[in-house]
Amino acid sequence: MIEEPVVTRVLGAALRTGGDFAEVFAEDRRGTAARLDDGRVEDMSSGRERGAGIRVIVGDTTGFAHTADLSESGLLAAAEAAAAAAHQGGGGTREVALKRVSAPAPYQVTQYPEDVTKATKVELLHRADEAARTVGGAIRQVSATYGDSRRRILVANSEGTLATDDQVKTRFAISCVAAGDTGMQTGRESIGLTVGFELFDRYDIEELARAAAQRALTKLAARPAPSGTLPVVIKAGSGGVLFHEACGHGLEADHIFKDSSVFAGRMGELVASPLVTLVDDGTMGPEWGALAVDDEGHPTGRNVLIENGRLTEYMWDGLRARKQGRTSTGNGRRESYQHLPMVRMTNTFVTNGAEDPEEIVRQTPNGVYVAQLGGGQVNTATGDFVFGMTEAYLIENGRITEPLRDANLIGNGPEVLRNIDVIGNDFDMGWPGTCGKQGQGVPVGDGQPTLRVSALTVGGTAR
Amino acid sequence: MTAPEELLELAVKVAGWARDGEQVEAFVAQGSETEIRVFGGEVESLSSAQSAGIGVRVVVGTRQGFAYAGTLDPDVVAETLAEARDNAGFATPDEWVGLASPDGVAPADIDLWRDDLDSYASADKVTRALELEAAVRAGDPRIRQVESAEWGDAAVASAVATSTGITATSRRTACYVSAYAIAGEGSDTQTGGGYSVGRAPGDLDDAKAAHDAVERATRLLGATKPPSAHLTVVLEPRITASLLSILAGTLDGESVLKGRSLFADRLGETVSVPGLTLVDDPTDPDAYGATRYDAEGLATRRNVLVAGGVLQQFLYNTYAARRAGTASTGSAVRAGYKSGPGTGARALTVLPGTLSPQEIYALVGDGLLVQSVSGLHSGVNPVSGDFSVGAEGVMIRGGALAEPVREFTIASSIQRMLQGVVAIGSDLERLPAAAAGVTLAISDLSLSGS
Repeated sequence: MIEEPVVTRVLGAALRTGGDFAEVFAEDRRGTAARLDDGRVEDMSSGRERGAGIRVIVGDTTGFAHTADLSESGLLAAAEAAAAAAHQGGGGTREVALKRVSAPAPYQVTQYPEDVTKATKVELLHRADEAARTVGGAIRQVSATYGDSRRRILVANSEGTLATDDQVKTRFAISCVAAGDTGMQTGRESIGLTVGFELFDRYDIEELARAAAQRALTKLAARPAPSGTLPVVIKAGSGGVLFHEACGHGLEADHIFKDSSVFAGRMGELVASPLVTLVDDGTMGPEWGALAVDDEGHPTGRNVLIENGRLTEYMWDGLRARKQGRTSTGNGRRESYQHLPMVRMTNTFVTNGAEDPEEIVRQTPNGVYVAQLGGGQVNTATGDFVFGMTEAYLIENGRITEPLRDANLIGNGPEVLRNIDVIGNDFDMGWPGTCGKQGQGVPVGDGQPTLRVSALTVGGTAR
Repeated sequence: MTAPEELLELAVKVAGWARDGEQVEAFVAQGSETEIRVFGGEVESLSSAQSAGIGVRVVVGTRQGFAYAGTLDPDVVAETLAEARDNAGFATPDEWVGLASPDGVAPADIDLWRDDLDSYASADKVTRALELEAAVRAGDPRIRQVESAEWGDAAVASAVATSTGITATSRRTACYVSAYAIAGEGSDTQTGGGYSVGRAPGDLDDAKAAHDAVERATRLLGATKPPSAHLTVVLEPRITASLLSILAGTLDGESVLKGRSLFADRLGETVSVPGLTLVDDPTDPDAYGATRYDAEGLATRRNVLVAGGVLQQFLYNTYAARRAGTASTGSAVRAGYKSGPGTGARALTVLPGTLSPQEIYALVGDGLLVQSVSGLHSGVNPVSGDFSVGAEGVMIRGGALAEPVREFTIASSIQRMLQGVVAIGSDLERLPAAAAGVTLAISDLSLSGS
């Protein structure tokens, strides 16, 4: 993307007026997306973006500028702008000797998206549409989206880091609307991995489409969700977002630094039920949040955040790690070259427990069984978080019974973690997610075995 | 910053490359942004960004393709057109696709550009962010931390041209200050945010932003989880605005055509209490989402969606309008140059009523004031109308604000909430969003708590 001598000169320019740290992040991203809606492929779209972001740190201040111009003059102008933004320091020159970072790719792509014809990609959409509509006449609308991206990055900094990565991701989602006497309902399925077109060797598109349609049909008979505090059983691979919100964000070092996390100052303490071991693992190929190096050029890792209920580690990016005099955990990520990196999750999951998942339901006299969660949101400072259920059932006398309408659940992170009273042995990863933080979205994975929270507030309307 | 006329020149050039039997649309945008974050009396980060890009739509016969690039480099622009043309070959034929054509509607005479912002020095922006942080910290001894204090601004210019005769340019400036405070007392921690938005530095009310952040964080101290109940809920203006943004999705002509709107068959019917009038007016220069032209280059206009409780019309872009057998309402929107035009509201608002917030609390007597909600994207289903969100707020007792509450949800359905509006405030608040808000009281919501 950029020649090494140019990188060296740009870093030199960035530090010409002084500074503690400089970094060049260059990115070339191409993607294709196709959307079918209402029986038609409405949009086949493709895009390309390339550019570089330059960061200069002076004391506690970060200056940042970016440019779509990857020529040496474009980069030098951005370097000067970033340096100016970071204030003027004492001056002087710095020689930077770059050393290439080696990090194993989490997955070897076998079928690059650019080697697959657009016609083949579009064909998937039609197959999904047809399969969903065979499920029943009540299926009124189907939309399906295909997306692939190839993102090549180069990161170099004044500490000598030089890293490159080539990240390929492919995803597919289908969403159905069913109509009946009770109004309309929706059902969705979504897959996505850090792989190329071989994603579709792993999944049967028709089966996914039928599952999405069935979910919408089932919900036509749904009754309002309960209102109040109940035991909630969450199916394996459907609710990793619970941990993403309940504690994941609160374990990001930037929140810890600003004392805006309920988990600040609690290292080594019991913060969850002893059944809980929580891991963030960027090396976990081919999951959606996998990457060889993070967007600061640091290799990703398998970081155990909570072990048997005890807080063992926060997630760190380079900026916070440097201040703390420790190494990054490989969690410095950014949406694009136009953004500053910050602490972000990769693939975040709870490891297996011992219980048979069916037994968990049998031993729950009354409660809610969540088969699919939607997104969520957390206030890290108070720990209060919500997450939505998009497929859920009542549990009555230890049996899964009637379907429930969509609702949010609300809880407080530390309390919910303590209230996990049983964990199954059926670990699975969930849907590909996009985590938003300060306006930046990055791909993340999550997962968990079937588990039960002894008390959670279900935000339904049932009287 | 490039003048919009130069962007238009490029757009016209690309549109001129249309072959026989083809329509070509070029959307060219350029923007500059500054974001300054301060923390602990120091500048934490200062980002300055320039971006430019082009989105090209090609209609070949009855098929449409789109491509974009994050640069205005001439070679890449030509490639982008070729890519869009190629993409069109994979779309399903659709007799309704087509670009906008001039419709004779004159754009509103509004100027959304302020030179004051362009000439405002970085040092002054830094000072304001630092002073904002200091003001929040000094606002109350219980403010434990200012998680962020920010200055942000943007200047955006864009142009659209089509081979069907559209040429349009627009430009606008915007700036904001925002602060997020953490209040603490004993082991209790609560948070609150405040902000102010405008087009020029002089429009911003920094003191109000600081005051709001402090008040919202401190008044929640001591909040407990309330018992489950059914009650009247009073939404603060910013919550009303979020609700309106969701409602807008159900009034979008494309959702209606595709059977995804819960209001699809209800044109001309009563959908809310009679006192409610809902308007989308991007020609109002005070609206944050104001613009002279929509994303397809048609003049924007004032669209009344609900008048006196009766559903009047939906919002349309060119495609949805053709398919519905009507005319575009100038409601094409796009998320920058990376996407083709969809349909949406830009400046939605409920026409304000006559009551102050305090008068509304008095009218409600016993209920709940909601000051923040969470999980709007996970707990609101705009197709079924199910509405369930996490919330924080203050109980209303005997017509006045009483104890703070947290960690509960409020739930209902969009349909029922519109029929349950019992009071509309006079306190129109502009937000950095496609909707503005007023205080709104709605009866009979389910509160799920302990």
